[in-house]
Amino acid sequence: MEFLTVLVLVLDSTLRLSAPLILAALAGLFSERSGIIDIGLEGKMLGAAFAAATVAAFTGSPWAGLAAGIGASVLLALIHGYACITHRGNQVVSGLALNILVSGVTAVLGIAWFAQGGRTPQLPGEARFLPLEWPGAAALREVPALGTVYSELLSGHNLVVYLAFLAVPAVAWVLYRTRFGLRLRAAGENPQSVDTAGISVVALRYRALLCTGVACGVAGTYLSLAQSAGFINDMTAGKGYIALAALIFGKWRPLPAMLACLLFGFLDAVAIRLQGVDLPAIGEVPVQFVQALPYVLTVVLLAGFIGRAVPPKALGVPYVKER
Amino acid sequence: MSTVATGPAAGLPRWAVLGLLPVLNLLAAFAVSGLIVVLIGENPWEAVRILVWGAFGFQEAIGYTLFYATNFIFTGLAVAVAFHCGLFNIGGEGQAYIGGLGMALVCLYLDFLPFGLIVPAAVVGAALFGAAWAFVPAWLQAYRGSHIVITTIMFNFIAAAVMVYLLVNVMSRPGSMEPESRDFAAHARLPLMHDALGALGIDIAASPLNLSFLWALVCCAGVWVFIWHTRAGYRLRTAGTSPPAALYGGISPSRQIIVAMLVSGALAGCMSLNELMGVQHRLVLEFTAGYGFAGIAVALMGRGHPAGIVLASILFGALYQGGAELSFEIPRITRDMVVAIQGLVILFAGALEFMFVPAVRAALLRRGGG
Repeated sequence: MEFLTVLVLVLDSTLRLSAPLILAALAGLFSERSGIIDIGLEGKMLGAAFAAATVAAFTGSPWAGLAAGIGASVLLALIHGYACITHRGNQVVSGLALNILVSGVTAVLGIAWFAQGGRTPQLPGEARFLPLEWPGAAALREVPALGTVYSELLSGHNLVVYLAFLAVPAVAWVLYRTRFGLRLRAAGENPQSVDTAGISVVALRYRALLCTGVACGVAGTYLSLAQSAGFINDMTAGKGYIALAALIFGKWRPLPAMLACLLFGFLDAVAIRLQGVDLPAIGEVPVQFVQALPYVLTVVLLAGFIGRAVPPKALGVPYVKER
Repeated sequence: MSTVATGPAAGLPRWAVLGLLPVLNLLAAFAVSGLIVVLIGENPWEAVRILVWGAFGFQEAIGYTLFYATNFIFTGLAVAVAFHCGLFNIGGEGQAYIGGLGMALVCLYLDFLPFGLIVPAAVVGAALFGAAWAFVPAWLQAYRGSHIVITTIMFNFIAAAVMVYLLVNVMSRPGSMEPESRDFAAHARLPLMHDALGALGIDIAASPLNLSFLWALVCCAGVWVFIWHTRAGYRLRTAGTSPPAALYGGISPSRQIIVAMLVSGALAGCMSLNELMGVQHRLVLEFTAGYGFAGIAVALMGRGHPAGIVLASILFGALYQGGAELSFEIPRITRDMVVAIQGLVILFAGALEFMFVPAVRAALLRRGGG
């Protein structure tokens, strides 16, 4: 019984921790499947988290915060597009520039506007996305096993967590079953073919980046309005890069990417749980070791030792229309 | 990096590509930075005045500016060497971090050596460990086809985890909870420039500028000779410009990737000499503080040439030092402003490098035609 409770608690925080990763990984999926490298997931999330917390602090509405978060993230995605699609600039450089820019700007504005060392004001409950209690969760809590699973694991997350998991089949459907998805994948593999069919590669890639911006905006908003009660300096702390790793780990596909996010979220939850715990026969496992595992696993995968991760063929290549 | 006559800027005169475009890009970055200053309700002109005065206004300030510039020279050179082989090494951060470990191991555990031996040993330690950390991504790119951008990002995070583990559990100062090593012995430190020059009878103001600045300049000269005046450098550039041509000429591109990344990692590793052996005198967490990433901006601004890199490093060093003075004078403009400016410089000088090309081309045509 003890074991089950611990397991449920770890899985519960796994869900919480992987939700923003899933949203960010799906965001990256749109961009990368259309042929645009996006190492700027981190910056877009951070920008969205800041904008959402700021607007929620002033208006008191989480929905206004969400809109601001999405707006900030979309703006950053469009700047990325302007540099990479319109001016055919280096996509890695652009993503990196935006990450650095956002980490600086959010700190400067946060300190100047709120004077709390880079934090935004602590948000009251009604300005946040709060856990949703499923019907009967409180009553079923005492039921052994199933009750614990229902009331702890399934119920009691906030809207965005459920949204993240629902987004996975939705994105898979868009990617594999709609005209937009087909064209998107074609633009990432062979943009000439898209162009030959009379469809603008430029417009298509901009639309892909819009989707990226929206999804990253929701992910960032989750961090400052649901997971925490406000913005903290540099609060993404590498989550954007973990999401990128998960996307690659999932071989640029929605469902495997989600599984990778769950795995990385699980490792994170375990790392928190294992802090200072002596395991029998092993002793204390260094937290840093568990924290580094997602990156190590991704490198091992990229090295081709566990399956092969083949990126979209035209990834990172600016499209030049022949004249 | 980009040769003068290719890409979207093809056909523009050399002075426009090497002089005018970088200046325009820089001005655009500064203009947007000014907007941010306006956004927080301060006067941008006043900010510029304090920044320039804080960076160059007095002897001590110049010393600080050059001290920061030293870090940028190392990481900028690291990025540039990889660029010449067509590689994007964004792992400078991790390589510098692990390079610091190599240097600290020498300074902490080989401190029975005299000063004359421990300094070169520390340089070798920093370069060796930095190169080793670059080797794995290089090998994976060369022989397994893994994308070096992604693997170097991952290695930055792995380096951070390794260093936290070592500093907390293995190398921490005895009897202390601080995640830092014990202090280096007195002879395992690099002399500060004002002490060294003072011994020669030249008097300058005290600052953290130390002898690693001279080593940075030696590295600049070394990179210049290596890239443009040796066979190895020629092979490296050939593999970077056109792998098929390299193969046809009997050069193995895979081998060149390894060579370029080893040199790159070694240069990044040397950054720790300035920061740790010169000033902090112990191994601390996160001493790289983004210098590895800033190296990308420096290499882009400097067009991959050591002379340009020195100029760009002084510019960034001035931003750091001037930014510190600025946050002292106007507390609402914190040092994070410098990070934002850095991001803008990378954006405009790097990703939007050719944004002004159509305008410049049109202006030149008009002048030539009329």
